[in-house]
Amino acid sequence: MAKKPIAHSMAEQQRDISISQFFERNRHLLGFDNKRKSLLTTIKEAVDNSLDACEEAEVLPEIIVEVVDMGGDRFRVIVEDNGPGIVKKQIPSIFAKLLYGSKFFKLSQTRGQQGIGISASVLYAQLTTGKPAKITSRISAKDPAHYYELHIDTNTNKPDIVKDDVIKWKKDHGTRIELELEGSYQQGSQSVDQYLKQTAIVNPHVTIIYTNPRAEQFIFARATDVLPAKAKEIKPHPYGVELGVLMRMIKNTEARTVQSFLCTEFSRVGPSTAKEICSHASLLPGTRPANVNRDMADKLMNGISATKIIAPPTDCISAIGEELLEKGIRKEINAEFYCSVSRRPDVYRGNPFVIEAGLAYGGELSGDDSIKVLRYANRVPLLFQQGACSVSKSIIATGWKKYGLTQSRGALPVGPMSLVVHIGSVWVPFTSESKEAVAHYPEIIKEIKLALQDIGRKLATYVRKKHSIQMEGKKRSYLEKYIPHVAAALKELLAYKDSDEEKVREMLENILEHKRGELEEIKVDNPGYDADLAAIGKDEKKVDGAEKGNAAEAKEDVEPADTKEDADPKDDKQTTLGEKK
Amino acid sequence: MKKSPVIADIKDIADGIYKKILKKKQPELETPLRSLSNVKYDPKSGHFQILKKMKNRTLTVNTIKTFAQTLRMMGLSKDLIEAEDIATKREAYYVSKNWGDARFSEQPDSDAVMDDVEAMLMVNREKMGFIPEEKGGDIAGKLIVVDKDSDTGKTLKIDCTKFGSGAYSIPSSVEELKFETNAKFILAIETAGMFQRLAKHNYWKKANCILISMGGVPSRACRRFIRRLSDEKKLPVYVFTDGDPYGFFSIYRTLKVGSGNAAHINKYFCVPNAKFIGVTPQDIIEYKLPTHPLKDVDLKKIKDVLKNDPFCAHYKEWQKALNQMFKMKVRVEQQAFAAQGLNFVLEKYLPEKLKNPKSWLP
Repeated sequence: MAKKPIAHSMAEQQRDISISQFFERNRHLLGFDNKRKSLLTTIKEAVDNSLDACEEAEVLPEIIVEVVDMGGDRFRVIVEDNGPGIVKKQIPSIFAKLLYGSKFFKLSQTRGQQGIGISASVLYAQLTTGKPAKITSRISAKDPAHYYELHIDTNTNKPDIVKDDVIKWKKDHGTRIELELEGSYQQGSQSVDQYLKQTAIVNPHVTIIYTNPRAEQFIFARATDVLPAKAKEIKPHPYGVELGVLMRMIKNTEARTVQSFLCTEFSRVGPSTAKEICSHASLLPGTRPANVNRDMADKLMNGISATKIIAPPTDCISAIGEELLEKGIRKEINAEFYCSVSRRPDVYRGNPFVIEAGLAYGGELSGDDSIKVLRYANRVPLLFQQGACSVSKSIIATGWKKYGLTQSRGALPVGPMSLVVHIGSVWVPFTSESKEAVAHYPEIIKEIKLALQDIGRKLATYVRKKHSIQMEGKKRSYLEKYIPHVAAALKELLAYKDSDEEKVREMLENILEHKRGELEEIKVDNPGYDADLAAIGKDEKKVDGAEKGNAAEAKEDVEPADTKEDADPKDDKQTTLGEKK
Repeated sequence: MKKSPVIADIKDIADGIYKKILKKKQPELETPLRSLSNVKYDPKSGHFQILKKMKNRTLTVNTIKTFAQTLRMMGLSKDLIEAEDIATKREAYYVSKNWGDARFSEQPDSDAVMDDVEAMLMVNREKMGFIPEEKGGDIAGKLIVVDKDSDTGKTLKIDCTKFGSGAYSIPSSVEELKFETNAKFILAIETAGMFQRLAKHNYWKKANCILISMGGVPSRACRRFIRRLSDEKKLPVYVFTDGDPYGFFSIYRTLKVGSGNAAHINKYFCVPNAKFIGVTPQDIIEYKLPTHPLKDVDLKKIKDVLKNDPFCAHYKEWQKALNQMFKMKVRVEQQAFAAQGLNFVLEKYLPEKLKNPKSWLP
């Protein structure tokens, strides 16, 4: 009997893989590697979305985050914002369809990029507990609040609506998501607490009300009523496109000629630049986009690279700003010296980006360990994969010895320092979809290094000054050590009274003080320090200790940190700070 | 209690400092710089004379500790004189252990401060109540030392011919000693080994001399002893050391003209009429002596002496001899004569050299 070719039986097994099914198997790619991280990723995706939505709608964000321990490693996560809300027909797709969203198609500096995050969380919740996502959203006081319970159909990657209702809701506008998922809650360096705190540090316009699984409530009150400059959408720059993207754009364009396609779909391309590209590509500017085949697109790519095109506009990038960055660091860390820098925007692969960096040095920071690094991308804290990130690479490649720290080859510097690095870009190049590490683009690394060198030089000046003050202090106490001996010897030699000895000693101390001038003091002078905030997300033991002793003392010394009462005292503090400067 | 001029000086200095402090001025202590760079060779008096360079101690990081220590040391000196007591340099170092932070951590530090006070007051340390613990050197030969029994005060006559194979030891204080001798000269020897050979074979009898073993660089007592003996009995002093820069310029030069370190008291502690009879670099050639190569430190010492030593600068003969040695790149020990026979040195070398002053160095 003739055997049927094996390909036939193989063909029976060959079929579509839905993205949802792919995720089931590969959830680590999206940051759901383990229970602890899954809890964090879920909250992170929801909060990122809320912040993006509020900022786009120019609403001062007020985010409520609640994590409830349901027992047996299950948690209920609630994230509620005061954003613009979502129109009814979009709700199921946004929350229950992977790779659905608005941000993927535009270049602007937003936290979310792919349209995968929140729906992945919904899917994760569904996979671990079987419970649907509960969504409430309302777009204005005139419109009703819609309530959905949603599953994702993993075969079709389409929403499966379990419940669709109109409910009463106290909010005029906003969105609320409630998920039940398997997770694990811990405090410490990569915890939900830490993530929210770090978010609050670089987003001073945001209020977050957070209740952790122990039913402890933290209020991160906003420190400013000024929204960051709204992220402007820009068109892609020709230097940043790849062949496939170019072909898709040509296919979808409404332009009638290649020249107008280039002019309308890209930034920094005007008619003359477009003509130049076409001539370099040996294409007629009047060619209809529909007639452009793969070969011609390839030629167009060559034409782009052969043409000199000015860099994309950088006004679409909104930086945190040196002052706000330093203020944020001051809240978190009690140190002797702070400085920060906001670089001018630069461009990698046609994408504008900005690097900002700040540091805190000395004071309560321990000098025996590697420095602490806080990384941010588009104002989102990056808590994982520090080693793989170009930020770490840049820090390691910077020579910190000349700035007064110790550093072994190929390692982070050691010293009493915390470093904050922020990259803002219309498209942050992450190494993976879980958005944990920034890819190693030479332009980005160069900019980070320049920022680090800038604050490093300021640090070096301070370290030198501190050293000379310390040396002077040592000299002073050395000199003072021998003054009594001079007095005692004179007493012995001249046989005078004890009172004379005392007098000689005082006179000598006066002479010394007069000759060497007043000694400058080195101390922590940080009225912006927020002991309560600093204690959040630290390892549990430390938190206990801090709450009982240090934090309370620090509070009295520094100022009342009334974050739990309301936001007003906070605002006062900002003004006093401003006046000081 | 007898009033000592030293106490008056000490009090004057202390009072000056006290008054300055009361005027809110920075107190200072100036002491002469004790170094070769601060002496000149005076051929008339035949010894190094101290010049005017001073070092200043005051309320600065580098000097305050020594400032306090110097005052303390002056205080100790005052106490000792008032109590008519003495302390050895080592004892003074231990007394400092009561001074808290101002104590000395090593004896060389306390010795240096003591020398500074000495130089400041321009007296020798015995007058300040301090004595060295080192012994002065050994004597054999035609000399009777007249000393006193410390218990009875009776005169003791010590005959240095009667020590057999041993020797008379120079005491740390030689000021009260008297001498009786009919010897023709004094032979000062660097090493105890050579001294023993000469003493054992009663060389002093044959040559009618007094043998003194210096044991390296001569102590102050030894230098003072030779000076007094030479002055009072009008005896020439001949010096016999190893043929190396250390023998020439640490031992012989210090004996003859004093040192930079103790320039303030060289007047009393030098023997200007001493002559160097050997071993000279020329002797190495003439007597075909076995040698050792000069070490780096020796070469450095030669260069240093040629450049900085005022005594060397004054005598072309010494410059010539040092340059000769530098070229030969060898040194020789006193005992090297044993290569020509154990008693060659006393039977041949010394008689020949003593007869021929032209072979000496000044």
